[in-house]
Amino acid sequence: MVSKHSFSDVSFDILNRIFMIASTLVVLYPIVYIISSSFSSANAIISGKVWLFPVEPNFNAYTAVFKNKQVLGGYMNSIIYTAGGTLISVVLTIAAAYPLSRKFLPGRKFFTAMFVFTMLFSGGLIPTYFVVRNMHLIDTRWAIVLPNALSIWNLMVTLTYFKTSLSEELFEAATLEGASDMRILTSIVLPLSQAIIAVIGLYYAIGLWNSYFDALIYLKSSDKFPLQIILRNILISNQADLSMGADMVAMARRQGMADVMKFALIVISSAPLLMVYPFVQKYFVKGVMLGSIKG
Amino acid sequence: MPDLHKKTRKLMLEHWQLYLLLLFPLINLIIFKYLPILGLQMAFKDFRVSKGMWDSPWVGLKHFQAFFTSPNFWAIIGNTVTISLYTIVAAFPFAILLAIGMNELSSARARKTVQFFTYAPYFISTVVLVSMMMQMFDPRIGILTRLLQLFGYRGDNVFGSATAFRHLYVWSGVWQQTGYNAIMYLAALTAINVELYDAAKVDGCSKWQRIWHVDLPGIQPTIIILLILNMGYIMSVGFEKVYLMQNPMNLENSEIIATYVYRMGLINSNFSFSTAVGFFNSLINLILMLSVNKAAQKVGETSLW
Repeated sequence: MVSKHSFSDVSFDILNRIFMIASTLVVLYPIVYIISSSFSSANAIISGKVWLFPVEPNFNAYTAVFKNKQVLGGYMNSIIYTAGGTLISVVLTIAAAYPLSRKFLPGRKFFTAMFVFTMLFSGGLIPTYFVVRNMHLIDTRWAIVLPNALSIWNLMVTLTYFKTSLSEELFEAATLEGASDMRILTSIVLPLSQAIIAVIGLYYAIGLWNSYFDALIYLKSSDKFPLQIILRNILISNQADLSMGADMVAMARRQGMADVMKFALIVISSAPLLMVYPFVQKYFVKGVMLGSIKG
Repeated sequence: MPDLHKKTRKLMLEHWQLYLLLLFPLINLIIFKYLPILGLQMAFKDFRVSKGMWDSPWVGLKHFQAFFTSPNFWAIIGNTVTISLYTIVAAFPFAILLAIGMNELSSARARKTVQFFTYAPYFISTVVLVSMMMQMFDPRIGILTRLLQLFGYRGDNVFGSATAFRHLYVWSGVWQQTGYNAIMYLAALTAINVELYDAAKVDGCSKWQRIWHVDLPGIQPTIIILLILNMGYIMSVGFEKVYLMQNPMNLENSEIIATYVYRMGLINSNFSFSTAVGFFNSLINLILMLSVNKAAQKVGETSLW
């Protein structure tokens, strides 16, 4: 059947496909450009020859970056903060979401309100800073993982999941068989909630890996800096010297090298995310949807 | 009544493990979220580190007055609101267009591919995003600087330009978040009743007309709710990205409330003044959030809580 709109519909489909391809390319191009640049030679970058594919491909920038002690230290620190912080955050989130999901629990509404209120109102930067200071956490690793351990958004997602997916009858049956609340948590709730735990764990992990603000205000000694702070110092504030030298020729060469190293640094710091993204993307889409369901 | 109390007490005793569990997150919450609220009294005092928070003298609204009458006041508020509104105006149409475009793709695989790539930048860190921008707009080697020069741009450093700041901030945000923002609309689009499409087909609607008469009305509630909720955040532009993009040359456009609080408090050690500015901001945000939530309830029977 040929509808009277077939021409208009065909033109629509063509235009829409062009629009979709263009959107994808616009999003992809900067990423491809950065990756290609990181594998190109310093000369090619300075003379502007790189625009899509690597020119005079090599790994020099990566070897140089991996020799940099600051970067390695930052990488290690970020791994520690991400692993430790995620563990703390996930445990605290479950410890809050599970009791708050039991509908009969006296005080449940009050406690839930206490958590939600902090989304609406906060003491702000300076009072929080002084609390952390008074707890003697300044310049300790705890300052990175404790003050923002709980994301109320993640808590709400978990709470909604517990409330909607786990039935109270299941709990009652377990209670009748003599299972304690802890027992119910470990042998019923957790096994049934692996997917949601994985999703919020990934949210926390990505947040920790990507954040720099807490490190900026709470950390003083550079041996505790996470990768994002090191990146900022090198790439944005130009504080670190990737190019220190005396004679002009060597300096120009190092400057060129420093340019490529910046590209390599960007790639290296994002590599863990880029590698897990293909496997977890569909869960994230579901997570966004879960968050939109009213708790 | 006493009976009820007895029952409640029995329930609480029976489920002591649940309370014990709740204790850990609650302690974290009280220390790091509620104690700072107590610390807001600093805004009404002349805080001296040597005297401590409780023994510093009260000064009433001195710091608030100082902020309201400071020459920076309107500039900072103006910058904050401008960045928010510009972001909303730029980001909304693109997210909606992307969602409609994806929805109209006949192949599910194509749809998933587009979503896969457009959603990816959302996970890039702010530091990396700003670094990418700085590399691409580098006055010496930046590929986008070269492109601009082809079109006759003669300024040297794009990042040093106060006028460019807002555009860079907003459009890099559109680049990073459109894929994420589109997810909600796409979900709303897939929830539209298939019968409406069939009816539109029977009526001889073209695809253009179907988007206009079925898709857009179908996601209108989502659009309105998200717009309203976004208005709740117009005074709370995040610190991280603005701070990274800030430099002495663009400060006139890039100083927002969050960066001002940081600068006055942690850099200049005007703790009380900075706390007052932050408190003022938190109050405005609270009022905005409560109002937009009311508005959202009225419009769509949806609310945040």
